[in-house]
Amino acid sequence: MTLADTLRVSLATVASYRTRSLLIVLAMALGVAAVVVLTALGDGARRYVVNQFAALGTHLVIVLPGRAETAGGFAGAALGQTPRDLTLEDARAVGQLREVRRYAPLNVGVAELSAAGRLREVTVLGSTAALLPIRNMRLAQGRFLAHGAAQGSEIVLGAKLAQDFFPDGNALGQRVRLADRRFRVAGVLARQGEAMGFNSDEIVIIPVEEAQALFNTTSLFRILVEARSRAAIEPAKAAIRALLKARHDGEDDVTVITQDAVLATFDRILSALTRAVAGIAAISLAVAGILVMNVMLIAVTQRTAEIGLLKALGAEAAAIRRLFLAEAVWLSLAGAVAGFALGHVGSLALRLAYPALPAWPPAWASVAGVVTALATGLLASLIPAARAARLDPVMALAAR
Amino acid sequence: MIELAGVTRVFRMGDQAVYALKAIDLVIGPGEYVSIMGPSGSGKSTLLNIIGLLDRPDQGRYLLDGSDVTHLSEAERARVRREKIGFVFQAFHLVPRLTAAENIELPLILEGVPPAERRERVAAALTAFGLAERAGHRPAELSGGQRQRVAIARATILRPSALLADEPTGNLDHRVGAEVMALIEGLNQTGTTLIVVTHDRELGARARRHVAMRDGEIVADER
Repeated sequence: MTLADTLRVSLATVASYRTRSLLIVLAMALGVAAVVVLTALGDGARRYVVNQFAALGTHLVIVLPGRAETAGGFAGAALGQTPRDLTLEDARAVGQLREVRRYAPLNVGVAELSAAGRLREVTVLGSTAALLPIRNMRLAQGRFLAHGAAQGSEIVLGAKLAQDFFPDGNALGQRVRLADRRFRVAGVLARQGEAMGFNSDEIVIIPVEEAQALFNTTSLFRILVEARSRAAIEPAKAAIRALLKARHDGEDDVTVITQDAVLATFDRILSALTRAVAGIAAISLAVAGILVMNVMLIAVTQRTAEIGLLKALGAEAAAIRRLFLAEAVWLSLAGAVAGFALGHVGSLALRLAYPALPAWPPAWASVAGVVTALATGLLASLIPAARAARLDPVMALAAR
Repeated sequence: MIELAGVTRVFRMGDQAVYALKAIDLVIGPGEYVSIMGPSGSGKSTLLNIIGLLDRPDQGRYLLDGSDVTHLSEAERARVRREKIGFVFQAFHLVPRLTAAENIELPLILEGVPPAERRERVAAALTAFGLAERAGHRPAELSGGQRQRVAIARATILRPSALLADEPTGNLDHRVGAEVMALIEGLNQTGTTLIVVTHDRELGARARRHVAMRDGEIVADER
């Protein structure tokens, strides 16, 4: 019996038991679809988080004053020294490094904003023109802080603040007061909503020198640094630390974190979650496999006389076994293909229902779902096929 | 040429050994027409199964066309069965979901004959057995006589040297049974060895050689 005939005959058999075959295919399809949809959900969540991080800026390295140690404290603690401040001079030196594309010093504080007869406490960011590209911010109106020293007393308002203080939308060029200092509105940020728990719609941004004067400090809250490339992130991190150590009299008293490290952690956690969900979905495939085995065992019993006949006509045991295996392959193949399609339709429905969630099933999950379905079906039919092949032809023919 | 020497077949029923065949010696030449008769349990079906290589003897030797087939492997016996033996059963044993043509095609598929040649041979067989108009019908749509003709066409499509029939007319009325027997005997006249197992005396009497069995032994062998 040729392979082509084995496949053709078994396909015809599968097709002739329509209800039985449809039910098995359905069970298989639901299993595969569950794997595809649930991994799409898991991977969608992972992508969502990754995208949120990407919104904060790419290749980002953040410098904080003070040394974060898991044990022991920073070296100066024993000598009764406090960590040195991170200064604007430090930030400028960091900006000169070869690995650094641009940098933005950052001061953060809270002050009262008053304009047009309204008064409100707002979060104040002091920074430079480079903050806009580094943080992937967008402007709705006007311009951002100017480059260089000529920036004077300009202020950029968050979208919601501009709306609240100047409902007519004529914020540009208006005079506002921040605490006891006067500023002129240079621009308004585009509405960006909340990203990683920080609402950029309700902040104001002023030049860093103004912020330091306002808050009466010479110390920076952060230095945001953008490395030249993804590959340059680690060298940049090392160079910044070496530079600041040299500038701080040999004290390694700053902490340098990369967005990449945080991102990688989230990525790992959510990937593991996706795989776990896929594993749970795969259980339904195992159940479908048991169903295949059950139905194939019944088929062998039902078709005992037919198996006896095939043997009397000169079919080898191996040919009978291949026929039954081929039936299971057809069933699980149909189930896998249907489930694949169903899963992708389901993922599409998810994406349509929740546009924010990029619920694309990962390729590995689709492949794994289909392969698992085929393997389960084949494995589950091994015992029934062997039983059919082993039947004694005389006894089988006598079965009615 | 079928040569059995000292063929014994024992079945175990609990702790009791039941001898279905007791040291049978039987030689059937090519082209012979033999009836095997005897009461139920006389061993005639077991003998037919052993001749047809569906069953194997516990003792003794079986030569088919000069070669020893007693100790062949399962796959080799299947091949010999396919190429040299044709079976016709009382219950027809047609596959219910296959059409008449597809049932006749089965041995050709098992033999690995290419599809184009299969179609030709099946068409020729359908015509030869007067089933041309029934080719696309399933067994449930065929009369008893037509079903048995499909079964005979299937049994002979690979031109076996021996046709083994176990009560071939058992499920047919007298007239249709006679037609079927005429068909089978026609095949015998073209050289096929014909062995018919029956307990119908009239049917058995049509053969040229009569073997009678009782309790697993041949008690008469007349020509």
